[in-house]
Amino acid sequence: MCGIVGLYLKNQALEPQLGKLFEPMLLAMTDRGPDSAGFAIYGDEVQDGWVKLTLQSSAEEYDWKQLMGALEGRLGCSLDWFRNASAAVLKVQTEEAKVREALAELAADVRIMSAGQSIEILKGMGLPADIAERFSLANMKGSHIIGHTRMATESAVTMEGSHPFSTGADLCLVHNGSLSNHSRLRQLLKRQGITFETENDTEVAAGYLTWRLREGDSLKAALDHSLEDLDGFFTFAIGTRNGFAVIRDPIACKPAILAETDDYVAMASEYQALASLPGIDKARVWEPEPATMYIWERTAA
Amino acid sequence: MNKFDLATDSVRELNQALHDQAKELTEREWHVSNPGGKHNLVVGVNEALSIDIDGHAGYYCAGMNQKATVTVHGNVGVGVAENMMSGVVRVKGSASQAAGATAHGGLLVIEGDAGARCGISMKGVDIVVGGSIGHMSCFMAQAGRLVVCGDAGDALGDSLYETRIYVKGTVKSLGSDCIEKEMRAEHLDELKELLHRAGFNEDPASFKRYGSSRQLYNFKVDNASAY
Repeated sequence: MCGIVGLYLKNQALEPQLGKLFEPMLLAMTDRGPDSAGFAIYGDEVQDGWVKLTLQSSAEEYDWKQLMGALEGRLGCSLDWFRNASAAVLKVQTEEAKVREALAELAADVRIMSAGQSIEILKGMGLPADIAERFSLANMKGSHIIGHTRMATESAVTMEGSHPFSTGADLCLVHNGSLSNHSRLRQLLKRQGITFETENDTEVAAGYLTWRLREGDSLKAALDHSLEDLDGFFTFAIGTRNGFAVIRDPIACKPAILAETDDYVAMASEYQALASLPGIDKARVWEPEPATMYIWERTAA
Repeated sequence: MNKFDLATDSVRELNQALHDQAKELTEREWHVSNPGGKHNLVVGVNEALSIDIDGHAGYYCAGMNQKATVTVHGNVGVGVAENMMSGVVRVKGSASQAAGATAHGGLLVIEGDAGARCGISMKGVDIVVGGSIGHMSCFMAQAGRLVVCGDAGDALGDSLYETRIYVKGTVKSLGSDCIEKEMRAEHLDELKELLHRAGFNEDPASFKRYGSSRQLYNFKVDNASAY
């Protein structure tokens, strides 16, 4: 079991309240996932030519200031950063590959959770309420957000094993379910140059999407391929720079519910995670069809 | 009328109060507000109570119901009226998967759509759906009737026993051992009665009947090599 929640704002006036609207949704899914929790929030975009990364360290009192100073010297370009609990958000005017290379040399123990122009992935072990408080979720602003509460079945409870998983620039994945062919698929993907940090099945699904997108698939084509190649139960929510997508496997054992008003589109594993949203009593509420992709995106970034 | 507001009262308090009616029936009319998609609402009721739930309910709503009439003025989650024995459960909105699973008796009416596996392993309940139903509905269904005024998804009636299925719209595909059958006068009569009881104004003659071809009842030696 796990819980998935997503909120995409159609009404931009609500963007300052995104975290406040989303926090009760995440907390409502505590029963489905008390081990770990996380979320990917989109907003506070950096300009073209810049890249934004979310970094996490397992050391609680990590010296981010020292690392950022060294990084600035190494890259020799403009850099901006702030700390958020065990994570740091880094904005830098260069290419992503150069930052990754520099970070690998300067701080191999620091994990890169996400990269892109908009996305920030924040996650960790503990109750959803603890994670929300740790990263001050209620105060966060943005255009859309997807989150996950984890009850681990396939691999260890660790920060690295919690969701969302990054699948490329400004892309991420959360998963409710379990994949039965993840070992074989991991071997195949390793041969394609995809790297893995855990024994987690969802990381394989994320790696699979990264690979398909790298091979030139559109998001829709990548998800259509995933229906053929992933064996198991899943409801996926995928965050993109401009919106989010939802897809369920053809058997559709894992639940999902969607709601739409003039102000927002919301998804959750169970309706009770949507009950706190304003105007939900008048929303259109429905269950997504199996093996069907639902996507909401802003037309222009 | 007894009123419960689940914004302040707990589900356990509500269900206990309903169960207490089995010892001494003092209040027949019940109203539940702010259900908020909570699970296990009005489960295991054992008296002829009339219960209205004003909003969306979560999983297993009105499960194991006996005698009570439960109306949900909203949608329901997984397994509405699962294992119902008698009484009436009416959903004004739509239902998620496994509606009426394993239910032995009574009437389940879903005015909207029902998701996958509607009536899975049903054992005598009557289910009437105003809209459409999802895939694998009536899987291994043993007794009772399922009426669908809309369409049915893939693998309808797979491994069916003696449940009779009536569908007005299209059936995406039939499951193993499920076939279309002739609509005789007694079937039109029972369908008319079911539609009337569920409150749907549909013409029984516009429905098709599906049932078991009874080929999976016994093991066939020709299939031995498959095992």
